[in-house]
Amino acid sequence: MAEKFHLKVITPERVFYEGEAFFVEMNTTEGEVGIYKNHIPMTMLLAPGVLLIHEEDGVKEAALHSGFIEILQDRVSVLAEIAEWPDEIDINRANEAKIRAERQLKNGEQTANIIKAEIALKRALTRLEVGRHK
Amino acid sequence: MASMRDIKRRKSSITSTQQITKAMKLVSTVKLQKARSKAEYSKPYSNFMYETVRSILTKSTNIDHKYLHSGDSGKKAVIMMTSNRGLAGGYNSNITKLIMGSGIPKEEMIIYPIGRKGRDAMSRKGYQMATDYSDVINDPLYKDAIEISQELLHGFEKGEISEIYLAYTSFKNTVSQIPKMEQLLPVTMDQTTVSKEDQIIPMNYEPNEEEVLDMVIPKYVTSLIYGALLECVASENGARMTAMDAATSNAEEMIDTLSLEYNRARQGSITQELTEIIAGAEAIS
Repeated sequence: MAEKFHLKVITPERVFYEGEAFFVEMNTTEGEVGIYKNHIPMTMLLAPGVLLIHEEDGVKEAALHSGFIEILQDRVSVLAEIAEWPDEIDINRANEAKIRAERQLKNGEQTANIIKAEIALKRALTRLEVGRHK
Repeated sequence: MASMRDIKRRKSSITSTQQITKAMKLVSTVKLQKARSKAEYSKPYSNFMYETVRSILTKSTNIDHKYLHSGDSGKKAVIMMTSNRGLAGGYNSNITKLIMGSGIPKEEMIIYPIGRKGRDAMSRKGYQMATDYSDVINDPLYKDAIEISQELLHGFEKGEISEIYLAYTSFKNTVSQIPKMEQLLPVTMDQTTVSKEDQIIPMNYEPNEEEVLDMVIPKYVTSLIYGALLECVASENGARMTAMDAATSNAEEMIDTLSLEYNRARQGSITQELTEIIAGAEAIS
């Protein structure tokens, strides 16, 4: 089993997660990444996606939306504007948001709105994916 | 000397005022505790954000970014955080004084008011006002901070705003709140306190430094605004608590003096009555 490192997930409202993990996966603007201990120091931008924390008692799953991640050799910090555990996700709301965003995209609104709708759609899909495993 | 009835009337009016101030003090004590813990929960995020921006800027000295320079033209925006309600001692007037004494000329300043008290005071003095976000201060959400920072950053990018300042009251403890004015943009960092370890570790940025800064700095501004909003709520309630506590004890003091005066008047009237009766009895016999 891989060595453990210190992982911290912080949101504006609270410290979302703090503990020892040996592997963590998430989605960045450059694609999906997985991080073990002794990774080279790096700062990356987050894309909406699923956060997987592999720790001693198993795998924890959460939804992350927009933020960045700072990786140091023995310490990984995730700063996310929104982070949610599966039980905090309202699936019905996410479903509605998904349908709404898809409709906006189909109707081909202005560019600014399209970007907004795309972000909303990504958020909704992430929430649905994490929420499914409740 | 005032008559007994007058004294009694005044005493009862002060007693009811005291009941109100007492109740207000209790309410703000409860609100203060809530606001305080909320402000504390948000600290790790804004501290970390600050550290990250600082370390990016110290490590890459040759970086040239739009958020690091002030525009040549354009106004200086001041986000002014006050409360929507009064009776909080010097809480609101401290911020007003701070902004007026900041040395920024009135014509160059544009105020983004959050809180009705500050907005009213400044617009009376003829300062220019931008969008009013007064409702936010009742219960600040992170979403509100995003909205405010987006509007300001938009103005900054278009060159309408050259500098952004934040005027708020920082919460030190229950009895002391300090009005502060900080510069948000262009970002200036105190680089003397960076730790040795921080300077040695080379950091990689993906996709690259500029793009990371592009995203991190707006978030940094948002987190500072959000942190300041939460601190303001705590400060407002702290200031109100102290003010109401002082008002309650002042009322107590007044009631004490009035009771003394009332008793003296009562005794005086009894003595007078007795003298009259005795004098009357003597006159008959």
